[in-house]
Amino acid sequence: MSADAHVEGLLRELTPQVLGVLVRRHGQFDACEDAVQEALLAATVQWPVEGVPDSPWGWLLTVADRRLIDHWRSERARRNREERLAAQAPADEYVSPAPDDDAVGDRDDTLTLLFLCCHPALTGASQVALTLRAVGGLTTAQIAGAFLVPESTMAQRISRAKQRIKAAGGRFGQPAGPEPMERLGAVLQVLYLIFNEGYTAGSGPDLLRTDLTAEAIRLTRAVRRLRPDDGEVSGLLALMLLTDARRAARTAADGELIPLAEQDRSRWNAEAIREGTELVTDALTWGPPGPYQLQAAIAAVHAEAARAEDTDWPQILALYRLLDHLSPGPMVTLNRSVATAMVHGPRAGLELLDTLAGDDRMTGHHRVWAVRGHLLELAGDREPARAAYREAARRTTSLPERRYLEIRAARVVDGG
Amino acid sequence: MKFMLLIHNRPGFVEDLSDAERTELFGEVDALMAELTASGELLGGEALADPTQTRTVRVRDGVPAVTDGPFVEAKEHFAGYLLVECDSTERAVEIAGRWPDARYWAMEVRPVMTESGTEM
Repeated sequence: MSADAHVEGLLRELTPQVLGVLVRRHGQFDACEDAVQEALLAATVQWPVEGVPDSPWGWLLTVADRRLIDHWRSERARRNREERLAAQAPADEYVSPAPDDDAVGDRDDTLTLLFLCCHPALTGASQVALTLRAVGGLTTAQIAGAFLVPESTMAQRISRAKQRIKAAGGRFGQPAGPEPMERLGAVLQVLYLIFNEGYTAGSGPDLLRTDLTAEAIRLTRAVRRLRPDDGEVSGLLALMLLTDARRAARTAADGELIPLAEQDRSRWNAEAIREGTELVTDALTWGPPGPYQLQAAIAAVHAEAARAEDTDWPQILALYRLLDHLSPGPMVTLNRSVATAMVHGPRAGLELLDTLAGDDRMTGHHRVWAVRGHLLELAGDREPARAAYREAARRTTSLPERRYLEIRAARVVDGG
Repeated sequence: MKFMLLIHNRPGFVEDLSDAERTELFGEVDALMAELTASGELLGGEALADPTQTRTVRVRDGVPAVTDGPFVEAKEHFAGYLLVECDSTERAVEIAGRWPDARYWAMEVRPVMTESGTEM
């Protein structure tokens, strides 16, 4: 690992810890978050040149704290603020940490920060952006680059998200009463969104984007350390690992998408598959499974097949039935129709697919047409299959998917 | 999802408006741009020069031919665009409906393709 990469990894690790202490000390999540970003930037410039300080955590905290105070001073609210701070903070909190004081205390604020960043008042896009900055320690420019929007747009989204949290009365600290399941659920959903944003970006030149999968896995590991007994946290981590394991095999050199059945399985990441399979196998013994565990289990069944034709489709179909029962939705029906076709034949799959016809959420969705094309092709109905592939190609807004579907449409009739 | 909102109008139509209409039109544009900037939905946009300033380039049998004027001759022209990122097509359509040219001429809402994709 290069010195710069080492510094960056360290900074990202420390971000939520420093921010957590600062917010507990001063309140005002938005101002503290800005101060931590400034401290991170200062460290990015200074550490590679001057070396990493003995207590990186203490250094960052001190710098961020000073920036915060400077900021308040420049707002000419100096007297009011300091009086209030003096009244609130215990005297020892004015003492900067000693150089050897690396202890973060017995609290880890990562989860609390995640709850705040995934506040229900925010849109999904804002939750993602704020999580990557406040917990992931990415800069606004990096996040903007990863989501392919101008930096000014991303800065605006982040500042608006912080205003919303403030307006909604979002406060730092443990919520009253037991931790509601929805809060953790919202965090997992945001982490999965980050993962998918990176995974679907493929293995092309978009390094910033594909890095999002690594970031999502890193943050999910952090959540798992804090909630080791939660089956869905383990399930999500397993799902990410098992999906990411296929990354090298999912696109050809020219960027063409390769479907699961045609991937070179020797290029799958065996270590990620081993870890993911172990995680989900273990979590499934803890109690009734949740949707992430079931999806991870399905991915694990795919992963254990040495060749596509060895896939245990009856087991996959059984898992999709469970998933359908637990969290029914059109995407589950769509996938279940593929599994049904593999077990009971393409006509049975098409029959199930037809039940989606009246679903407004899926009307016109390109994936319905893509699956229809695939099942018609399996059934030997070449012309209708080609029509369905073409319809899917017209409806997708993804260039690689359009390329793939156009090729399928051409091959199904040529028999190529 | 990213959308390009294509602005179609007749070149110079603003001249035919009354002062009050013109003021209202520019006010609407300013207000909408401010709203889209604040919401973080605006990614960019440009206005295009008068269509008489267009050069159309065609290459046939390796020989380039350059003519003055647009590819499609019409009373109306493609006058400029906004690039926005919205949660839904409905929201993009709503924005387009509030751009004043939609009232006089038309706005087109077109999804922008991405390089991302999921294997099937």
